[in-house]
Amino acid sequence: MKHTISVLVENHAGVLARVAGLFARRAYNIDSLAVGVTADENVSRITIVADGDDYTLEQILKQLNKLIDVIKVRSFSESELLTRELVLIKVNCTPAQRAELISIAKITEAKISDISVNTITLELSDYSNKIKTFEELLRPYGIKEIVRTGTVAIQRGSASLTI
Amino acid sequence: MSEKKMTVAKAMVECLKAEGVKHVFGYPGAAICPFYDELISSDIEHILVRHEVNGGHAASGYARVTGKAGVCIATSGPGALNLITAIATAYMDSIPIVAITGQVNSDQIGRDVFQEADITGSAEPFVKHSYIVKDPASICDTIKKAFYIAETGRPGPVLIDVPMDVQLMETEFMYPDKVEIRSYKPTTEGNKLQIKRVADAIAKSSRPVICAGGGVFLSDAREELAALAHKCDIPVVNTMMGISNMDMTDRLYFGMIGMHGVKPANYAVSHCDLLILLGARMGDRAVVALRNLSGISVIHIDIDPAEIGKNVNVNTPVVGDIKKILVQLTETVPELKHTEWTDELDEVRSRKTAVPDAKPGTVCPKLFVQELNRQIPKDSIIVADVGQNQIWTANNICLTEGRFMTAGGMGTMGYSLPAAIGAKKALPERTVIAMCGDGSLQMQFMELATAVQHGINVKLIVFVNTTLGMVRELQDKLYEKREIAVDLTGSPAFDVIAEAYGIKAENVTDISQAEGAIKNMLSSEKPYLLQVFVDKEERTII
Ligand SMILES: Cc1ncc(C[n+]2csc(CCOP(=O)(O)OP(=O)(O)O)c2C)c(N)n1
Repeated sequence: MKHTISVLVENHAGVLARVAGLFARRAYNIDSLAVGVTADENVSRITIVADGDDYTLEQILKQLNKLIDVIKVRSFSESELLTRELVLIKVNCTPAQRAELISIAKITEAKISDISVNTITLELSDYSNKIKTFEELLRPYGIKEIVRTGTVAIQRGSASLTI
Repeated sequence: MSEKKMTVAKAMVECLKAEGVKHVFGYPGAAICPFYDELISSDIEHILVRHEVNGGHAASGYARVTGKAGVCIATSGPGALNLITAIATAYMDSIPIVAITGQVNSDQIGRDVFQEADITGSAEPFVKHSYIVKDPASICDTIKKAFYIAETGRPGPVLIDVPMDVQLMETEFMYPDKVEIRSYKPTTEGNKLQIKRVADAIAKSSRPVICAGGGVFLSDAREELAALAHKCDIPVVNTMMGISNMDMTDRLYFGMIGMHGVKPANYAVSHCDLLILLGARMGDRAVVALRNLSGISVIHIDIDPAEIGKNVNVNTPVVGDIKKILVQLTETVPELKHTEWTDELDEVRSRKTAVPDAKPGTVCPKLFVQELNRQIPKDSIIVADVGQNQIWTANNICLTEGRFMTAGGMGTMGYSLPAAIGAKKALPERTVIAMCGDGSLQMQFMELATAVQHGINVKLIVFVNTTLGMVRELQDKLYEKREIAVDLTGSPAFDVIAEAYGIKAENVTDISQAEGAIKNMLSSEKPYLLQVFVDKEERTII
């Protein structure tokens, strides 16, 4: 089962290596990982999507909590969260195909970020499944390159994760 | 405290002094020379080990008997890397040590310069925490935090890596009185409701047993354990790490559980209705005894929530400091008697297995350890190495007020002598005996020089069977006696080696010599070696 875990950590050098190392050596599977600074510049937030049963999730949370630089750890159920990933996709695009691709962008609410004689680069921020569909829509045109971030997640409603 | 300007190297020494450190175990090199240069003018005694790993083990032995972090020191690159096994050994056994390493100059880090190793990176899986000091102003704070982290909560090793140029920079010395780490707040108070639940479970149980581990030592809860056991008439068994945390002659004490444990202990945990795990990690070698837990209610008391439920399914978890929890628990529980249950266990304990006669020229290890029991002072410290010798010692040693210790988690060969040196340095009044095999002795005998040089009166007993006995036993059992790489032919005569170090040695080739040899060893004011010849075919699992 997939779990989304938010980790607030001290914003020091080496903290990410500690967190990533913990996952590697205890054989926990990471699907995606994203890091960024929070409103407090001394604190970073790491969002991890991990795969495992309930025992593994419990161990992940407890072991993360043991790292001295980890300030707070929480896992969320899917319904509690608003999640986003960002993807940049460069697809082949002849001048004749432009209109078609621009209309796909419109429907999917993607942004046209760059254009060249024979390619177009589209940008989409959405949740994971939407991004997958988007990719499928573009595949027939010939995808030259995909760059995708890890998932970031925030609680729905007024609740927030602070230290 | 007022601020004073000085180099980081000097501040490091001042910090150690402020922390109350009297002895450090180390091995120098270029990258740590600025620190060593400042050590000269302090009253901290430096014990020069003969290999960095043994500095780490000595710090660990020191820590085990004092409860304070032991300090070890190494230079950059190979020196620091040699420490890793000791750091990992301490980590597995939750022993507080502070390891200080020199690092190459900070502007050269990452360029593969001479003797550069990413020690914080490579030790990361085995440390409770580590620091690389780049800002000279942070040194005092860092050292204070390192000791605090090492010694509190679930103890463990902390590494401080200090580049050479940083050691030479100026800073203000100001050792903080207090530490505040917002992300590190170990729980010490047990939850009252959970403690009440435990008390209820004890009151309901007719066949309770306490399995006490190394956590009892770490929390200094020996008396509190005995108090609870006596008040509620609960039998006590140990994991290997827990041996001697209860008077081993106590009528409620039934020995060590697990793969290499003794019958009464394994019987107790498999026939109980309530199992109270107390500061025991329940490593896989101990868990063997608990294969069938159906119908048994399990309580786990530990300071580390991550250990609870990791290896054994638990009905009632209690997180906190064992000593505090035991006190609260003992106040809450009624006085109880479990005569039927303890009689049943007494009966199992009374089944004696006959000891076969040893082959001529060899000694039965069990009888030898029993003779040792008769003669050692009550409060002796026994350090067991790894292998068959460890199991013979663990299963036959009998300590009332003394201390047994071993590298239970990592099973690191070569632990016993350096750890004994550390323990003896900390508690010079106590008799300290390292017990090892002829394989492990060859991983550590350079430390005889350390004992001689620093006048550290440790005793060493080596069981000589000219084989890596434990591995050979395994090969015989699981690989149909196909033996490989376990023959130690070519090993030196250890009594001659000892004499080369100026250490008196005696050979024991017949049990009749044991009494006199042990007497001579114990009455000597100097290090002493007993070479005890044991038959290759002696087993640990009978
Ligand atoms: C550093 C290290 N290397 C290898 C092992 C694997 N090992 C476990 S017991 C053992 C044999 C120990 O032989 P010896 O010291 O002669 O003791 P004996 O078992 O014969 O009493 C070995 C090689 C280990 N525990 N530690």
